[in-house]
Amino acid sequence: MADLPYRIVIGLEVHVQLLTQTKLFCGCSTRFGQPPNSATCPVCLGLPGALPVMNRRAFDLAVKAALALNCRIASFTKWDRKNYYYPDLPKNYQISQYDLPFSSDGHLDIQTPEGTKRIGIIRAHLEEDAGKLLHEEGGSGKDSLVDLNRTGTPLLEIVSQPELSAPEEAKAYLEELRLLLKALEISDCEMQEGSLRCDANVNIHVPHADGVAATPIVEVKNLNSFRAVERAIKFEANRQYGQFQSDGKKLGDRGVSKATAGWDDVRGVTVVQRRKEEASDYRYFPDPDLVPIEVDSAWIAEVRALLGELPAAQRTRLQSQYALSAYDTEVITRQGRPFVAYFEELARGCGDAAEAKNWLTNEILQTLNDRKSDVRAFPQPADAIAELIREAKATGLNKQRARDVYAHMVSEGGTAKEVIKKLGFTPVTDEGQLRDIVRRAMAANAKAVTDFKNGKVKAADAIKGAVMRETKGMARTEMVQQILLEELQRA
Amino acid sequence: MIEHTAADLLATLRKGDGSAESLTGAFLDAIRQRDTRVRAFLHVDEAAALEKAHDIDARRKRGEPLGALAGIPVAVKDVLCTAGQRTTCGSKVLQSFVPPYDAHVISRLRRADAVLIGKTNMDEFAMGSSTENSAYQITRNPWELACTPGGSSGGSAAAVAACETPLALGSDTGGSIRQPASLCGVVGLKPTYGRVSRFGLVAFASSLDQVGPLTHDVRDAALLLEVIAGHDARDSTSVDRPVPKYTRTLDDPVQPLTIGVPREYFGAGLDGEVEQAVRAALKVYEKAGTKLLDVSLPYSQYAVATYYVVATAEASSNLARYDGVHYGHRAAKHDDLIDLYCRSRGEGFGAEVKRRIMLGTYVLSSGYKDAYYVKSLQVRRLIKDDFDRAFAQCDVIAGPVSPTAAFRLGDRSDDPLAMYLSDIYTISANLSGIAGISIPCGFTKGGLPIGLQLQAPPFEEEKLLRVARMHERATDWHTRRPKL
Ligand SMILES: [Zn+2]
Repeated sequence: MADLPYRIVIGLEVHVQLLTQTKLFCGCSTRFGQPPNSATCPVCLGLPGALPVMNRRAFDLAVKAALALNCRIASFTKWDRKNYYYPDLPKNYQISQYDLPFSSDGHLDIQTPEGTKRIGIIRAHLEEDAGKLLHEEGGSGKDSLVDLNRTGTPLLEIVSQPELSAPEEAKAYLEELRLLLKALEISDCEMQEGSLRCDANVNIHVPHADGVAATPIVEVKNLNSFRAVERAIKFEANRQYGQFQSDGKKLGDRGVSKATAGWDDVRGVTVVQRRKEEASDYRYFPDPDLVPIEVDSAWIAEVRALLGELPAAQRTRLQSQYALSAYDTEVITRQGRPFVAYFEELARGCGDAAEAKNWLTNEILQTLNDRKSDVRAFPQPADAIAELIREAKATGLNKQRARDVYAHMVSEGGTAKEVIKKLGFTPVTDEGQLRDIVRRAMAANAKAVTDFKNGKVKAADAIKGAVMRETKGMARTEMVQQILLEELQRA
Repeated sequence: MIEHTAADLLATLRKGDGSAESLTGAFLDAIRQRDTRVRAFLHVDEAAALEKAHDIDARRKRGEPLGALAGIPVAVKDVLCTAGQRTTCGSKVLQSFVPPYDAHVISRLRRADAVLIGKTNMDEFAMGSSTENSAYQITRNPWELACTPGGSSGGSAAAVAACETPLALGSDTGGSIRQPASLCGVVGLKPTYGRVSRFGLVAFASSLDQVGPLTHDVRDAALLLEVIAGHDARDSTSVDRPVPKYTRTLDDPVQPLTIGVPREYFGAGLDGEVEQAVRAALKVYEKAGTKLLDVSLPYSQYAVATYYVVATAEASSNLARYDGVHYGHRAAKHDDLIDLYCRSRGEGFGAEVKRRIMLGTYVLSSGYKDAYYVKSLQVRRLIKDDFDRAFAQCDVIAGPVSPTAAFRLGDRSDDPLAMYLSDIYTISANLSGIAGISIPCGFTKGGLPIGLQLQAPPFEEEKLLRVARMHERATDWHTRRPKL
């Protein structure tokens, strides 16, 4: 970074869909992947005479997010109409919040190579999502189809201060935001499904003899992954530097306005769209169909009580309470709250946090990845795996066998003890039983016994091998060794 | 029989004299005979009306409990959504729109066992004061067919006046119930904003619109309001407070009673005959021991200007959805998306609607919004404050409804400003959200009805109706019917 001839300034506008059962202003389902236009009603279709009614659960969820982002919650907030024509917007206005958002002035701490950095949040507001346009492939090429299932889904828009100064920081901000929102079950933050969308406002500050020149701000859109965000910002900053070198245009110059660029992920370039002569005029005004909302301190307290431990605090606690490394803590917390809960239960259950961490971050995480599933859908509860860890330790079950037991427990079910028995991994610990087996092995290997007696110490290995075969390896080696020596001396 | 009030017809039916079916048949006959001249109805649902009436008779015979309006025909302004039945709003844009749902007030009517007899004509999207802005037909004043019935609920007012229905619903955004009621010699009530759910009322200006009754007399207005008023969770601006039994207390005079008479309502522009009739009505109250108090509403002079900013701003947004993409009129030929929007809307909307959309778009535009829209909201507050001050001294406020009696069709069609001034006395009630009623109080020498307006504080409909009823009991203007 240090070798760049400019400083990058990034502000992110993030939209996340809230995890409500129903839409923001009607009772339609928000479930993803339903048949086109099936999750619609007169309200979200914008039919004449239909009226919006605010979903209180969506507002609560939004307040929860804002509190987690350390935002100030406005005591009075209202809904505004943002007017523009587009076929994915049946009313040709979007219900949003303009000058009195329900929350503002927050922050989110992110980790950078230089340490913790605090990124300011300008505001977070609620609005309704638009539908989706599906441009028909082939055919006449003229027809577009509209799916209005998404119309009216609650969207939380979170606008950061332009305080991110590297593409990596932008990515770290998004990751931290996602972790937070997922942990609080505010949003599932799936960029692929569009439940998290991000636009980046980018410009660069170029030092020169008289001070610093800032280039015009470009809003980069169509960012479909965190990696795309990082790549696009890197590319765009470099592009702006080249542009600045050739035309010298600065932010605030006459005739210079904010431009929009689309990210082309395949070609790895940003494409600046034609600058409009004037900024769009959305003619915002208060939506007369919806009453303003007054949020009192009791309401805020009620929501705050639901917050629980936030990821940043959780990290610190896990590190000190379980003596985990920063890296391991990060791996665990990044998986979200249910995973952390699972870890804590497992650590408590088996009495060995390090072992619990190993099992969780190796075996269990692997299983979840293979199954593309969540810890909440994991077939074995934490105390079952804790039992496995305890059994393995108590019986000296080796790692490979323990893994076999685990695999069986996960695929076929059963407790650790049952599976160990079923797979024949029950250790032979009865001394008398083991002594009988040793004696039989000696009888069957008379030559080895003689050889041993004649000083060929290695000859005992053959007898030991026979014992291990007989016990399917479930006898403890030290025990076999000791009994065999006693019997050989006696022989 | 068709000249009777709904309350009388209900009493007759309850007594077992005649049937709902024959009653409905009588009104359908009246519509057939008279409406070719009056043209109040856009759509009459004969079969469904008769079937409903028949059903009510059968249920009555079986002794089943019946609703408050059992067997009484009600006409509905075509701005209210009726499930499975075309709802056009007097516009070509909605020529083929069939709502899949009933407006809240329609559900209430059905629950009360009313017979929905048909949909009435109106100014396109309720924008107008003469019903001449309908895309479909011109409605005539039953008292003088060359004159306007007023508007925008001109169809509903004319239908009641012509005895084609005993009851009708209208909507009032700036006087659209009260002004046609006045011009047609019937009673028209605009309830407090929030008293009646707007769900299913196609929006013109959402912060001003309110549904209300048009009837022959105050008793019927009380009866119909009782059925349609009340909270509805589907309209967040509808207010959750109990609905009084208006019909029960209606005949109790308000005593002592102080009526505020705003000097601003009797200034230049008020027709002499109208003033005379209104003053005579005030005398009626005075004779009954009412105190008349001179009050002032200084900001009312800005009401029309404020209204045309607020209402058009909201309308420009409310009407944006009629773009030919999802429903409504779509231009047959178009090049691209913008062209589709322009042509569909250009073809679908009439001149007055376009004028108001442009006005509303302008007053919300950046650079102008503060000077117009934001300023208007401030003035709106001042107008409300005027009323609060006045109501601190009096129970209700009285004055004219409209500066003139019914004007001749075509007279003001080319002069929007003159048309806008028709609502000069009614607009303030919408801007401040208070309740207002128009009751018949006389006739011009030419035989045209004149209305008296009474206005009451928010949610004081009970008192408003009682005060109106006091005048009604002392006069017989409400019993007159036009010869058709
Ligand atoms: Zn819906």
